[in-house]
Amino acid sequence: MKLAINIENITKTYPGVLANSDVSIKVKSGDIHAIVGENGAGKSTLMKILYGMVKPDSGNIEIFENKANMSSPKDSINLGIGMVHQHFMLAKNLTVLENIILGIDRPFLKNIKLSKYKTEIQKVMELYSLNIDLNQYVDELSVGEKQRVEIIKVLYRGAKILILDEPTAVLVPQEVKDLFKNLKDLKNNGVTVLFISHKLDEVLEIADEISVMRSGQMIDTVLNDNVSKTQLAEMMIGKSLPTPPARLTSTDEEVILKVENLKSNDENGRTIFEDVSFEVHKSEILGIAGVEGNGQKEVVEAIIGIQALDSGKVIFKNNDLEKQGTRERLESGISFIPEDRQLQAMIMEMDLTNNVIIGRQNIKKYKSSLGTVKMKNAVNESEKVISAFEVKTPGTSTLATALSGGNQQKFVVGRELEDDPSLLIASQPTRGIDIGAQALIWEKLRNSRDEGLSVLLISADLEELIGLSDRIIVFYQGKLVKEIEAENITPEDLGSYMTGLKK
Amino acid sequence: MKMRFRLVSVSAPIIALTISFGLSSLILLIIGKDPYETFKIMFEYGIRGKSIVSIINRSIPLYISAIAVAVGFKMGLFNIGVEGQYLMGSLVAAYIGAQFSIITPLHILFIIIVAVATSSLWAAIAGYLKVEKGIHEVISTIMLNYIGTGLIAYSLTTIFDEPNSNYDLPRTKELPETGKMPPLNKFFNIEDLQDLHGFLVIAVLVGIFYYWLVWKTTLGFDLRITGSNPIAAKFSGINPNKLVVIAMITSGGFAGLVGLGPLLGYFHRYTIDFPTGLGFAGIGVALLGRNHPFGMAVGALLFAFLQRSAQILDLNDVPKEIEQMMQAFILLIVVVFYEVIRRFIVKQQVKDASKRSDE
Repeated sequence: MKLAINIENITKTYPGVLANSDVSIKVKSGDIHAIVGENGAGKSTLMKILYGMVKPDSGNIEIFENKANMSSPKDSINLGIGMVHQHFMLAKNLTVLENIILGIDRPFLKNIKLSKYKTEIQKVMELYSLNIDLNQYVDELSVGEKQRVEIIKVLYRGAKILILDEPTAVLVPQEVKDLFKNLKDLKNNGVTVLFISHKLDEVLEIADEISVMRSGQMIDTVLNDNVSKTQLAEMMIGKSLPTPPARLTSTDEEVILKVENLKSNDENGRTIFEDVSFEVHKSEILGIAGVEGNGQKEVVEAIIGIQALDSGKVIFKNNDLEKQGTRERLESGISFIPEDRQLQAMIMEMDLTNNVIIGRQNIKKYKSSLGTVKMKNAVNESEKVISAFEVKTPGTSTLATALSGGNQQKFVVGRELEDDPSLLIASQPTRGIDIGAQALIWEKLRNSRDEGLSVLLISADLEELIGLSDRIIVFYQGKLVKEIEAENITPEDLGSYMTGLKK
Repeated sequence: MKMRFRLVSVSAPIIALTISFGLSSLILLIIGKDPYETFKIMFEYGIRGKSIVSIINRSIPLYISAIAVAVGFKMGLFNIGVEGQYLMGSLVAAYIGAQFSIITPLHILFIIIVAVATSSLWAAIAGYLKVEKGIHEVISTIMLNYIGTGLIAYSLTTIFDEPNSNYDLPRTKELPETGKMPPLNKFFNIEDLQDLHGFLVIAVLVGIFYYWLVWKTTLGFDLRITGSNPIAAKFSGINPNKLVVIAMITSGGFAGLVGLGPLLGYFHRYTIDFPTGLGFAGIGVALLGRNHPFGMAVGALLFAFLQRSAQILDLNDVPKEIEQMMQAFILLIVVVFYEVIRRFIVKQQVKDASKRSDE
């Protein structure tokens, strides 16, 4: 069978991140091919490379068995590749027809022949059985219809390969059904569909073949018929387990953090999470498992006061935090390692001395009674972090952006552990970093736990989660569905709970 | 930052200056004027004693205006409303300051406080609108400029107009002697020249205060990290809404001082020919000086020099608009080169850091 896409040994590194490592994938012409993986697994980078938005460091791409070398989306479009982005690229105040032809025709001082385009587009719509009123304004369309406009737009430009980036994330169930029907029609008409998702049910419903990515690597490509949801979950999350090292101390009875009946809705009134209650004890690592998008990220952001709560209580060391802002919470002994170090934890164009202050600007160590920053202390502290966490840097005055990802992350973890917090919230603390840095961070977290630190650990890496945690709670669809001792869990079971197979 | 990076940073404005002189020369050649002669006349006129005093006087409000803009820039906030803010502040301060007389230092301090309070209040409206109603500050401050201009025109002819004046045009009552800032001519021993505004001292202090506020205090730290990465700033516990309002009020407060150099040193009252446009000029100076107190001082002096020295051009049959083109060239080119140099420095640091990792 003819190959629509043949990608061989693609590698792409960003400063500090290995996004794609030696990735190869073969997509058969006329297939619906799904790519699954957690956030940060490298799916988006791979698609951007395929769509010409990003240039790979090395590797080969063949489109319809011809060597391709695209340096911009325009090249990819010419090769017959079309992309429907997760966030639609439509002009709201134009009609569907105008949106579809936008950018195709560039008349100079003459009228666009709308009627000519209209017949052409209607032909395309008939061919692929896609229906929409071309005269309607995009503003008046539902989300599903907007997506259809994007698909027609891409097909009208001659796409034979359609990339859909998380197409169902924005849709309601009925719209998903319609989309899948449309995709099948496309397939029957010879269009190759590349479907990116992390929703396993949907992938199993629609795809012919499924490729799984994890930490920048292509794990495997399997036929839909030969794989179960559990197997997919395992491949996506990783299942080889290290033996958790024996604990030196036991978990303390004392409750450090207690959350009760947390509930939060997004601005559209959809529930992000509800009925969330749990406790973290002194000297305990509580792991939070869940496939991305199931509310766990928002729950920890609610604990530090960034995500607003509709109801529920956050109690830290017997104090209700309701009235306290993020700053007060951080200063009262909660440390936070956000999941994206470059976006949320550091200021990339500032040096390490300045970066060590972030999150602690107002504590006495860094703020004089005059309201000035105590730079000397900041230099000392950053030196301490650099040596304790083996951060490889020319010095404290080096910009954060100049460090590798592992070194940035070691610095962030070191900073957050520096002031002996009572509670550390660590979100994906070792995502996208080298093994050496990962091992060091694991060791530091364990040591701090043994010395009495409570840790709330969120990780997409099940190996890390089971290996580090004392206890694990599982989120599924915004709810806490399971609580288990980490010793008693197999990754298969954990994967089943995370994907809703087991309750 | 290391010394070699500092040296590299300074090269940007020098390159920009050279290129813009080149472009201006080209234009002069096209219109048939001799660039060398033109620049020579400008330079010779610009360094006369009288010109130098005028340049410094001009640069005082430009500099303070740049600082007002820079406070906002530092946190990624675009206060385009310095114009309206300083005019409002100057008018109200001129009016209230003329109502009574106390000893000079107190009187001047009082006028300063009134101006700062009025301007920051006017700026706070934009802060409130952004935080509570989500209106972008560029839109609201531009609109507030229009509203302010209208309000000033109306109130100057009605409420603030000098009573029983035999002067045709509306103007506030003259400040009493105690409310006038003495010139610095005696101090510099240049009593034969025109007045060197005493507000120069305040401008220098404002520059020092701005530096302290932005680079030394925790508030300044919060401003800077919000400017470079608002998301990380939020995760670090900063309340972005509160900071927007604080920054807007601070920026407006500096704006209040912009009009006081001319008011206290020369005009001594608010009239309809009170200098306008300083708020907009400040944006350019802030860009040129990269929001740095020293850089902006050099920028303000440079622009004041160009403005002053261009005045001789008309007499020599060269259109003096060439000066405005030069200012624009400098700004455009300097922005490009700052970015080029920023990238160069990051690249060098990455190189240094990877060398360190290989060891």
